[in-house]
Amino acid sequence: MGIRKIELEVMRYDPEKDEAPHFQSYTVPCEEDWAILDAINYVKDNLDTTLAYRWSCHMMVCGSCGMMVNGEPSLTCKTFVRELPDKVRIEPLENFPIERDLVVVLDDVMQKLHKVQPYIIRKDPPPEGKEFTQSRGQLAIFKQLTMCINCMCCYAACPQYGLDKDFIGPAALALAHRYNRDSRDQGKSDRLDILADHDGVWECSFVGACSEVCPKHVDPAAAIQQMKIDGAMEFWKQKLGMPGDKS
Amino acid sequence: MSRRPYNRPMSTTTWYMRNSRYKVYVLRELTSFLVAFYTFLTIFALGALATSPERWNDFLASQQSTAMIVFHGLALLYFLFYQTFPWFKLAPKAMPIHLGEKKLPDSFIIVGHYVAWIVISAFIFWLAGVI
Amino acid sequence: MAIAKKAIVWGLFAAGGTLTAFVFPALIALFLVIATGNVPESLQFEQIHAFASSWLGKACLFVVLFLSVWHAAHRLRVVAHDFGIRKDALVANAVYTVAFIGTVLAAFYLLKIS
Repeated sequence: MGIRKIELEVMRYDPEKDEAPHFQSYTVPCEEDWAILDAINYVKDNLDTTLAYRWSCHMMVCGSCGMMVNGEPSLTCKTFVRELPDKVRIEPLENFPIERDLVVVLDDVMQKLHKVQPYIIRKDPPPEGKEFTQSRGQLAIFKQLTMCINCMCCYAACPQYGLDKDFIGPAALALAHRYNRDSRDQGKSDRLDILADHDGVWECSFVGACSEVCPKHVDPAAAIQQMKIDGAMEFWKQKLGMPGDKS
Repeated sequence: MSRRPYNRPMSTTTWYMRNSRYKVYVLRELTSFLVAFYTFLTIFALGALATSPERWNDFLASQQSTAMIVFHGLALLYFLFYQTFPWFKLAPKAMPIHLGEKKLPDSFIIVGHYVAWIVISAFIFWLAGVI
Repeated sequence: MAIAKKAIVWGLFAAGGTLTAFVFPALIALFLVIATGNVPESLQFEQIHAFASSWLGKACLFVVLFLSVWHAAHRLRVVAHDFGIRKDALVANAVYTVAFIGTVLAAFYLLKIS
């Protein structure tokens, strides 16, 4: 197997010592099949144990290892060294405050995920008092939206979130839409009251960067546009006094 | 251990220079100036039409110059590639059509838009006597 | 919390965007044709005046101009924000006022043509 020497330029920040973040370079001998996360692990294991970063599953399901790789929000376990040039810049996810080194503060997004009421809301009991049934066709409508692993690469890519941290943002909105489109749910009107308020869907200007960087192809941009249409229709429905949600 | 999270600054005026994705987005949004321009140009033309045949002919004459040919030509290309075509490409995202377990492929919707666009444009040209 | 009034302008923006995407290339092309000097019969005064005098013609022209001007207005509001002009209320008032003026002018001229 060929070994390739990659130079990693890693952003470092120690809140107890540094005024501001700075870069530190490491030369890493990489195997051909490595992901960039393997190179970062090599640094931690062999070159600099002080490097702080998040990672876990190494298989694109936990969402922990999101970072900026040469300016692009990426899952470092999914970004392969063979796709990258010899010099790779690693930075913490954009638009988030840096806790330390490559670790960012995610409190804002966590709070937003809660805010959108991400659970089935029922006004009536299930039909015949038994369990819900859902056809494969009904599932197909929202299944893509369930794939989100909360890696927050979409927030790192979204310039509107960068410009205004009050914006609810792609992942939270896609999650809300997942429930709005679930045939078992009856909470669309309730959610839209929050989502279609200021700082909600209207702040999105359809840049589309979120969907381009999403490692699980959730397509939050599409979800948000569909919610804008839902929100606009709901607005007029409420004005005209029509009944809210399906029941 | 004391926490001191660091906020990286983001320029509100030049953030879009960071990568090509953002630059393309900004070029797309700037087509709104063209929409405003041609809307008001058409309103201005209507004003001439509402006044008198002389005013209408004056308006037509004022439009005839090489500079205007170049401007309209460039505007047409810019509009097509940064408004019309991107709008068609994004349309399937806003209007997914589910048929049972499958979804209508995006290409169907996009091609449908192109066909409609050609038909509508042909109709406008026919109305205006260009074809 | 309630659905923001932005729902209204967004609706106009979306409708206007769809309309302009389909119709404006042909419109710009018409101005291009006029600029070359080869003005077709149907764009000479008699014909186009007759078209704009008909109620169908007026309705079509008004819908196109109305949706286009409000589409442009809302989009320019977002452009201002994207370029760092953050006084959103001020910008919104400015662009929507201009859109309103455009709407009124369009209606006025169309009604004047008879």
